[in-house]
Amino acid sequence: MDLSFSAEYEKFREQVRAFLAENWSAEDAAVEPPADERNALGGPIRVDPRATEFRRKACERGYLYPHVPKRYGGGEKSPDPLAQTIIADEFRKTKAPHEMIGQGPSMLVPTLIEHGTEEQKKQFVEGTILGKIKWCQGYSEPGSGSDLASLRTKGERDGDDWVINGQKIWTSDAQNADWMFCLVRTEPDAPKHDGISYILIDMKTPGLTVRPLRQMTGTADFNEVFLENVRVPYTNLVGDRGKGWIVSRSTLKHERALIGSASMSRRVFDGVALLAQFTNVRGRPAIQDAVIRDRLVQLEAKLLASEYHGYRQLTMSARGEEPGMAALVSKLSSTTLGYDVAKLAMDVMGDRGALAPGEPEAPGMGMLVSAYMWSLGVLIAGGTANIQRNIIAERGLGLPRDAAASAGRK
Amino acid sequence: MDFGLSQDQVLLKDTIRRFLDAECPTSRVRSVMEGPTGHDPALWQGLVSLGVTGLAVPADFGGAGLELLDLALAAEELGYNATPGPFLASALAAIAIAEGGSEAQKKRWLPRLADGTALGTFALGEADGVWAPEDVVVEAKGGKLSGAKALVPNGAIADVIVVAARGEKGPGLFLAERAASGVTAGDYNGVDMTRRLSHLKFEGTPAEAMPGGLAAAGRTRDAALVLLAADAYGGCRRMLDMTTRYAKQREQFGQTIGAFQAVKHQLANLACELEPSLSLWWYAAHAFDAIRDQSERHAALAKSHMTDVYDRFARDTTELHGGIGFTWEYDLHLWFRRAIYDRSLFGDATFQRERAAGLAGW
Repeated sequence: MDLSFSAEYEKFREQVRAFLAENWSAEDAAVEPPADERNALGGPIRVDPRATEFRRKACERGYLYPHVPKRYGGGEKSPDPLAQTIIADEFRKTKAPHEMIGQGPSMLVPTLIEHGTEEQKKQFVEGTILGKIKWCQGYSEPGSGSDLASLRTKGERDGDDWVINGQKIWTSDAQNADWMFCLVRTEPDAPKHDGISYILIDMKTPGLTVRPLRQMTGTADFNEVFLENVRVPYTNLVGDRGKGWIVSRSTLKHERALIGSASMSRRVFDGVALLAQFTNVRGRPAIQDAVIRDRLVQLEAKLLASEYHGYRQLTMSARGEEPGMAALVSKLSSTTLGYDVAKLAMDVMGDRGALAPGEPEAPGMGMLVSAYMWSLGVLIAGGTANIQRNIIAERGLGLPRDAAASAGRK
Repeated sequence: MDFGLSQDQVLLKDTIRRFLDAECPTSRVRSVMEGPTGHDPALWQGLVSLGVTGLAVPADFGGAGLELLDLALAAEELGYNATPGPFLASALAAIAIAEGGSEAQKKRWLPRLADGTALGTFALGEADGVWAPEDVVVEAKGGKLSGAKALVPNGAIADVIVVAARGEKGPGLFLAERAASGVTAGDYNGVDMTRRLSHLKFEGTPAEAMPGGLAAAGRTRDAALVLLAADAYGGCRRMLDMTTRYAKQREQFGQTIGAFQAVKHQLANLACELEPSLSLWWYAAHAFDAIRDQSERHAALAKSHMTDVYDRFARDTTELHGGIGFTWEYDLHLWFRRAIYDRSLFGDATFQRERAAGLAGW
């Protein structure tokens, strides 16, 4: 066990720093706030031309998108999680643009690289990783949430086109997206997992309507997408017809270890710890309250466990070990922690927690109230907590698969 | 940057695990724990020959000179197995002497603790829940100890006792032998029958001051917290293994109970609690030797967190077993009892968290 980086990696860190000093200034950094800040504030992703130019250079050096071949604009490097960690650290310190966030770069690009045609890769990959083409994900439907494979949006072949009818929901960023990668039922007579195709849809296609969906937080970050006789070229199919389920699952293989998954909880926790020192409850700082102290330390232990768990996963990944249970618990563990930390924030705020985000009298402009509500959003999104429990029990502990959920699955 | 075990450490764990699987099935655990002393010299000799007793003893004094992490990995495996006997007690005596003893004291005791010819213990606790070395009231004046120590691990069979006591210059560590005059030792009837707890009374017992003093007492306490956390993790792993296996075998309503979501989710929650907790005690153990400024606080965090998790495991896994889990005959209660020992000794979770809050400046 050694938590320092070897001389070889320290030298690599120097190279990264030199690259940054040459190509990214503090003035540039003011133009494009780092991705995680922007994410916390919400709103559309903005990409400045300077950031695009920088990303292009960083790809040439192999610092970004190592899993994307050079001929599609990527960095093309063999996987090296330690180097990736150093790059992420140094880029963050100088607020240099890292890989684009969003479902296009993280989900569509690896899928296209594995299953796309040469034309599809040429058309979409470079534009997506540089932030010129923005994507949304057309998966969930009103009747198909946890049971995604029951989806009913219908695609029929008509000459050289697909004609698509149906509705998608929870579609993040649909209002800003240029394209949607979409799961569509094209083989109505096949068993449910075998009747789905993975199709790319231009958001400007006639018949496609986006309607914002207001959440319990009061803001509208999701959308409903209605498809009425939406006609797209047949060649927008990714992978084989009827194999969309497998194509969409291939993304999972590319998901890198959830390094830094605790980072949002850390930010909220540090905020709560500060707040507890500066908030008076009945004449004394909240931090002096025995119950608050106890809960704060209890959560800090869980938070540290989660952060060190990230180190462990990084090490496993660097050694080429199978992550197994360590990765399976990541989502449930980090989202449960996020919920607990946000709950403590509410309790430390006491009566001030009743003030909504944006209210000037609310501690931190109500950011913690917002974090409290969003902690439930992330507990549900991308596979609810109970779905995660099924995955942990079945894949991690080897308990029998749910009979209904595996019906018709090969 | 490498936050994982070395090949040697993996091998160490495997070796101990294989030895205990073969030599210490629960039938032997039960016969030792129901015996008069809770100690089995033959089993102990087996652990000695694997090098377990000398892992963290400096190489100059007959040990392997490894780190607390290595010792904690052994504690994890002993915890998995519910191994009875004085492992924790003797390991803490060795750490206390290595950290705070004079050259002569080290030379006299460390080789014997490493080769198993002597047993040791660390007597810290006192009445009224005292577990902080600075709060002890047992006196060491003029080279003589007087007062009572409570909940001392395997104190009645230890040859050498490291006593946290208040000397002329304040609280510190003192070395006494159980065979010395004025020592009365006896065992409590403890919940965990695999690790005996003793009460010790000193009446003018000759004792030598240890130069490491209060700082060494604190370090030994930190080591105890880490070793208890590692034991708790091992115990949790065992309870999860046993319960998962049971859920795959036991049939009710015409199917294995492991197919019911209620059962699956309860087990998944346990796995989700356990998996990241490993990294917390690993870090605390590593910090003891390598990141000293974080060591004290991390030991408190690891102990409090891990024993909370163990408590939850003990209750949930027993519940998941149904009636069989509540019987004396079924082995699960061996770990249920060890969970209670781990959370009670050297300061409970609430006390450790209050310490950690103070250490953060809160």
